[in-house]
Amino acid sequence: MAERTIRIWRGDENGGEFVDYQVEVDEGMVVLDVIHKIQAKDANDLAVRWNCKAGKCGSCSMEINGRPKLSCMTRMNEYEPDELITVQPVKTFPIIKDLVTDVSWNYEQNKRIKPLLPKADAAGKDFIMMQEDVDRVQEFRKCIECYLCQNVCHVLRDQDKKGEFVGPRFMIRLAGLEMHPVDAADRIPQIRDEFGSGMCNITRCCTDVCPESIGLTDNAIIPIKERVVDRYYDPVAWIIRKMSGADEKREAEEKAADAKQAELQKTV
Amino acid sequence: MSNISEIQTIEHDVIVIGAGGAGLRAAIECSKQGLNTGLVCKSLLGKAHTVMAEGGMAAALGNVDPRDNWKVHFRDTMRGGKFLNSWRMAELHARHAPDRVRELEQWGAVFDRTEEGKIRQRNFGGHRYPRLAHVGDRTGLELIRSLQDYGIHQGIHVHMECTVLNLLLDGDRIAGAFAYWREKGRFVIFKAKAVIMATGGAGKAWRITSNSWEYTGDGYAMAYDAGAELVHMEFTQFHPTGMIWPPSVRGILVTEGVRGDGGVLLNKDGKRFMFDYIPERFAPETADTEEEGNRWLAGDKDARRPPELLTRDVVARAITREVKEDRGSPHGGAFLDIASRVPEEAIKKQLPSMYHQFKELAEVDITKQPMEVGPTLHYCMGGIAVDADSQQTRVPGLFACGEAAGRMHGANRLGGNSLSDLIVFGWLSGLGAAEYIKSLSSKPEINPSQVEEARSEAVAPLNRESGENPYLLHEELQTIMNDNVNIVRTKEELETAIEQLEELKKKMQTVKADGASQYNPGWHEALSLHSLITSAEMVTRAALMREESRGAHTRIDFEGEREEWEKVEVIVRKGESGMEVIKQDRPAPPKELADIAYATLEELEGTNG
Amino acid sequence: MAQATNVGGHQSGLAATLRKDNWWFEAAWTGIGFLIFAIYTTWAALQGDHYWHGSYLSPFYSPVFFTDPSAAGAAPEAHAWFGLFPDSLKAIWPSFIPLSPAILILIGPLSFRMTCYYYRKFYYRSYFMTPPACAVGGRPQKYKGETAILVFQNIHRYTLYIALTYIVILYYDAIISFSRDGELGIGVGSVILLINPTLLAFYTCGCHAFRHLVGGQLDCFSCSDSAKSRYGIWQKVSNLNSRHMLWAWVSMIWVGLTDLYVRLVSMGVITDLNTWGS
Repeated sequence: MAERTIRIWRGDENGGEFVDYQVEVDEGMVVLDVIHKIQAKDANDLAVRWNCKAGKCGSCSMEINGRPKLSCMTRMNEYEPDELITVQPVKTFPIIKDLVTDVSWNYEQNKRIKPLLPKADAAGKDFIMMQEDVDRVQEFRKCIECYLCQNVCHVLRDQDKKGEFVGPRFMIRLAGLEMHPVDAADRIPQIRDEFGSGMCNITRCCTDVCPESIGLTDNAIIPIKERVVDRYYDPVAWIIRKMSGADEKREAEEKAADAKQAELQKTV
Repeated sequence: MSNISEIQTIEHDVIVIGAGGAGLRAAIECSKQGLNTGLVCKSLLGKAHTVMAEGGMAAALGNVDPRDNWKVHFRDTMRGGKFLNSWRMAELHARHAPDRVRELEQWGAVFDRTEEGKIRQRNFGGHRYPRLAHVGDRTGLELIRSLQDYGIHQGIHVHMECTVLNLLLDGDRIAGAFAYWREKGRFVIFKAKAVIMATGGAGKAWRITSNSWEYTGDGYAMAYDAGAELVHMEFTQFHPTGMIWPPSVRGILVTEGVRGDGGVLLNKDGKRFMFDYIPERFAPETADTEEEGNRWLAGDKDARRPPELLTRDVVARAITREVKEDRGSPHGGAFLDIASRVPEEAIKKQLPSMYHQFKELAEVDITKQPMEVGPTLHYCMGGIAVDADSQQTRVPGLFACGEAAGRMHGANRLGGNSLSDLIVFGWLSGLGAAEYIKSLSSKPEINPSQVEEARSEAVAPLNRESGENPYLLHEELQTIMNDNVNIVRTKEELETAIEQLEELKKKMQTVKADGASQYNPGWHEALSLHSLITSAEMVTRAALMREESRGAHTRIDFEGEREEWEKVEVIVRKGESGMEVIKQDRPAPPKELADIAYATLEELEGTNG
Repeated sequence: MAQATNVGGHQSGLAATLRKDNWWFEAAWTGIGFLIFAIYTTWAALQGDHYWHGSYLSPFYSPVFFTDPSAAGAAPEAHAWFGLFPDSLKAIWPSFIPLSPAILILIGPLSFRMTCYYYRKFYYRSYFMTPPACAVGGRPQKYKGETAILVFQNIHRYTLYIALTYIVILYYDAIISFSRDGELGIGVGSVILLINPTLLAFYTCGCHAFRHLVGGQLDCFSCSDSAKSRYGIWQKVSNLNSRHMLWAWVSMIWVGLTDLYVRLVSMGVITDLNTWGS
């Protein structure tokens, strides 16, 4: 048990200020426990978003001493006993109140992404996919949508290019679909022109903050950039594609998959 | 906001309350059936408690062991539920789970694979064969994300961070729901011809629970207030393995997958005590030596399963007993050891989030040290009573699915059956709602006086000058339930609980919320007390009535299963003068299902169809 | 450092942050470290002398296209691919730059490093300050990422081909360094020269573009025999790739040290231990 000072930003979209609270901290407590304690005793209306308190839902993202973190997975003993701990909402999204921000922009981005389109010969049947084929995809599917990567990404955070870049979270969603062994949809043109793969300058902060240790930069964003290079910036690859008819084959495959989905819809 | 005509009104054909696995699946089905569908959820989309499910979803795909089929799954479910399950629901569940899992894969779920490239399945407590389709130990996340990513393209209207407070009725049938937006604290009326409750359980009435804050029994209380019946409320599942140290993480789930993958339970003397707790009914199918258990784990199909994989009620009681008799671990639990049985790399690969969770929260490396675990309230088997095929309650237009609905799991739920429950009954409730709406001859109308009453009740805590602190009342409730309505129960304790709950209800009348209505957790806490206390009271009163020990309900004053109690179920409903608790006869089981449930395994193997 | 406080208690502007750790440290050491290397490389490349000793050739000067044997410690005419500097080249050579064979070839490896996904991270952070560190305010600007002028970074896979060629050449240099005047032998210098392309290979073969080309571009690793073998290579490349930063630095420093070693031996400052006795 030790008493310590926590500084929390209180306010809404019109402004606010940091407020200091004194709290008794018990063994094993995480920052979210401390916030709950303050909420129960000193500030009933202190707004904080949380759900599982076990690092699985990705709700309680905030910035603790300037670092984007999940507050449920940040233990108090990570800090020096007499260190002032400052807690504030994530920067990249508009404030609702106190530690809660409006993350609805992320949900809009997800809607823009074409979902899995099973190849015509796989649709409606059990997929046959080997573990080594899905390992890459599964890594991205560990994402708990805490949006810490979106928050820390300087393209969204400092440069505020939300209209031009979907952010790391959705780059890995796209990578997971593009690398899916039975997916037939082609998202590469959109990835370059609408989702902004070129906006990322691979400074890797998304990878640094990911609580699920997903290799966003090395395993998703760079491979996606390389696929864009294949399509748009590599003349040799272009010639090979033209000569082998790979472009036509890909388009035909997507068309067949679309047709198959339409057919399956009718039979339901 | 004195006039209800100023309250925002949103109209849908159907609204689904709750966006976990069941709610999402129900909404997808409603939309597929051509309904204008609203999905209302208390949190952000994709954050519901389903994400915490770890081990997998049970479906007799037979990918790992071809002897598996729906009948064996059905038999396992009935035996796990001590034959109190609705026969028809258990049948529907076992029959349809495989197709629902396959459909998820088409929608983007990426399960772990077998050597042949099919969906891999793992062993779990109470399941005869490897049956749980899974993704490491984050299957719930995969389920909810797959449904979410598919669902957002189905034209569903998602209303996030919106809490439903009351169901609105036109006569005795559903007309909509009354809710508020967390962000602004403004009220909203949803007009709808049908409502599907997918609100989950009420675990937050207990202190030590694996449940998240949302589990406040909203669906139970709303359905109860609207006139629906609830069933099997006395059966609350305590998961045997929750974290117990440090105190702030007490209750967080440790997946059964740890035991499915070879983990064993030890007492402080290092003894595998589960061999001492094998119930007679399961003795023929359980290993009686460590050697046989190990052979089973290594894949020997003739060996029997180790006793750590007995049903959850059995394991939870065994740990409680060991602790009581002073053979527990230092912090009052048992040791769960996988470090000495499975290589480090395999643990990290198969149980990544468990590894992570212990490392980060308890500073324990599970590849080197044993975990300390103890029972934690995990699941409510009971719930809103529904028709097995349509999922409709006795309130016309009100449907329920998932944990919010009752009877599917009987007296005890098998691990892995909840995720499959969500997708099977989510789907069926969507079909049921569509059918109901088609049959409606007139559109239900909102009753303004009901809205007015709901509104004034909701704002009362904000308007009081002084009153009780909602957080402290919630803590008080948790203490009552943890002390008196725990794993083992007695008449005295249950009666004490009822008295204390009555006191608490009075205090709740004067609860006060500080601050304004905009994103005010204190106010939300105050508003959830009604649901929490109503649910707690239902559990306590039902537990007092059932004078036997069966499945997850253990009465020390009435030990053992009693035959007469297999023939009845406890029903809770709102009466003229408060809560009515009655015994109701169960219909006799259909013969063909009874034959399956009581058959030997040999008779059922390889007969899928 | 402190700028206007926004809603949420955040500050905006360059280097604005509430981080309390030494967030500037990484950007600073990598920035300074690379600067030292760049200065040394430029200096060494401009010398045009002391890059050759016995059978040792500095990697900064390899391959030697043309040589000027009049410079001290220059490669003999026989070791230049095309002999002496031709007069036509001398005529257009800018007078303020020494006649150094390194100038003609350094652009190759440099273009690979400058478009490398790791180097991009480091110099965008250390020099461009977009951003200087995570959750630390970046340089205010009209940010276009790699969509406008920086789109040229996409040539990385072609610079990779160049870099791979260099590894072959440097191995060739390393092998011939074991033979002096027809006599096989070994010296500290030849060992250093052998380690050099090996480290470069670890760096180059762990490159993201290489990882993509050998297998990353496939959607299915098990669908054909060729895909299966590419998967095997991809896994090995992925292992190297996970330590790409480490190999980038180690190989870069080693190249510099190799040049320095040859240079010092050639200048007679230090003596190379070897079996030839010279």
